[in-house]
Amino acid sequence: MWDTLLFYLAHAFVWKALIVGVLIALCSSLLGVTLVLKRFSFIGDGLSHVAFGAMAIASVMKLTNQMVLILPVTVLCAVLLLRTGQNAKIKGDAAIAMISVGALAFGYLIMNVFSASANISGDVCSTLFGSFSILTLTDAEVWLCVALSASVILIFIVFYHKIFAVTFDETFAKATGIQTGAYQLLIAVVIALIIVLAMNLVGSLLISALVIFPALSAMRLFYQFKSVTIASAILSVTCAVAGMLISILKGTPVGSTIVAVDVAVFAACCLLGWCQRRLGR
Amino acid sequence: MSCLTVKDLKVGYDGHAVAEGISFQVNAGDYLCIVGENGSGKSTLIRTLLHLQEPISGEILYGEDLKRGEIGYLPQQTVVQRDFPASVREIVLSGCLPHIGIRPFYGKAEKELAAENMERMGITPLANRCYRDLSGGQQQRVLLARALCATKKCLLLDEPVAGLDPKVTAELYELIERLNKEGVTILMISHDVGGILSYCSHVLHIGKKVYFGTKEEYLNSSAGKAFLAVQEGGRD
Repeated sequence: MWDTLLFYLAHAFVWKALIVGVLIALCSSLLGVTLVLKRFSFIGDGLSHVAFGAMAIASVMKLTNQMVLILPVTVLCAVLLLRTGQNAKIKGDAAIAMISVGALAFGYLIMNVFSASANISGDVCSTLFGSFSILTLTDAEVWLCVALSASVILIFIVFYHKIFAVTFDETFAKATGIQTGAYQLLIAVVIALIIVLAMNLVGSLLISALVIFPALSAMRLFYQFKSVTIASAILSVTCAVAGMLISILKGTPVGSTIVAVDVAVFAACCLLGWCQRRLGR
Repeated sequence: MSCLTVKDLKVGYDGHAVAEGISFQVNAGDYLCIVGENGSGKSTLIRTLLHLQEPISGEILYGEDLKRGEIGYLPQQTVVQRDFPASVREIVLSGCLPHIGIRPFYGKAEKELAAENMERMGITPLANRCYRDLSGGQQQRVLLARALCATKKCLLLDEPVAGLDPKVTAELYELIERLNKEGVTILMISHDVGGILSYCSHVLHIGKKVYFGTKEEYLNSSAGKAFLAVQEGGRD
């Protein structure tokens, strides 16, 4: 087994995939706590479907760099979703459901009607569940990913205390003169960035798992915002690396293997947390 | 000196008035109690005073020493907070957020302010505990300490004793009274009329008829007598 692993690690494409995987896992875990606590878990899911729709359009238009289209469309939808949540003509979760299934249907429709590819269902399946495209990344894609993740991490660190205040008690923050609307917008844009990034790794149907599981696992074991955030980042990166190595060794699909590891770790954390409380009292 | 003057205020949502004809004045050091039946617009008034929503008509004037955004607020608990993983220290510190402006992190001054207010509320030993593991009374003290970090002058409390047992309620009232004696202006909404009337200095009654005056005047007014009679009846 070690020999196989070393054999693969001698290749540059494996290293590229690992670097990108670690960065994506790190970014996606950071905002997980906020999303779970704000009851926004489904926004991630909805946005990933939007990204799928945008990707379908991009591939039909034969864009060489699909990011140019996917990124702005997803960011726009993220902003719209948060805005409708406040205006409440159509309630938040209904709006998310509408946009997400709508985008999914249109994406598939467009791919079917206009695509010249011989293997449509294969294409669709790989966009939804992730593919081995993470193993064929070009240098430019790797750099784009590094730049985007670096900005997500930087934004998170700079606005850490503001994000905490807005998540914990939006009304209080607003009453004391904090621009909560602006920070909501910031959170929405960052979520959209993360989703577009993570689509490379696990495909659009599985992104939410990458965002919520590490946060939920960390919340079983820790009770301070800072330690929960740090623990969820560590858990997420560890699971991603483990999942990718397993998938390389056993030839399983990358995305679902990572998510499976995430689920297993969540179960383990639940058990540990239960023991912790038992011993504590 | 007046720190908050409200003139003929009409509050509500989407142009639909919930309460109107509200006029009152709060001086520095006052303890104003806002009472009224459910649905009479107390919470809407509070949200308007805090600029969380715009008034339909009327004026809210702040005195020279009280700027907009300088009212500390003790909101009713939200669902999110009930399972939020955060330590007491983190929550109290978040009250200092308005002071740091565009700086990303808290400085020494903010940390000292938070420590001072935790001491004032008697929650220093709980500093590293998780908020969701605390009792209701302890949670309210944490939120009070946070509100005190945001302001030194004026506190607005929305149903601070809801869901607390009588002993903890009395303790919390004493704590609030002590803050008032230290010079903090208090505006409080409560259902527990019997309890607050022994502490407050002024009463604002919201409903079909709006009444504002000192506590003694209110107790002798027809509005006050009628309201208290209903409240007493409801309790039996």
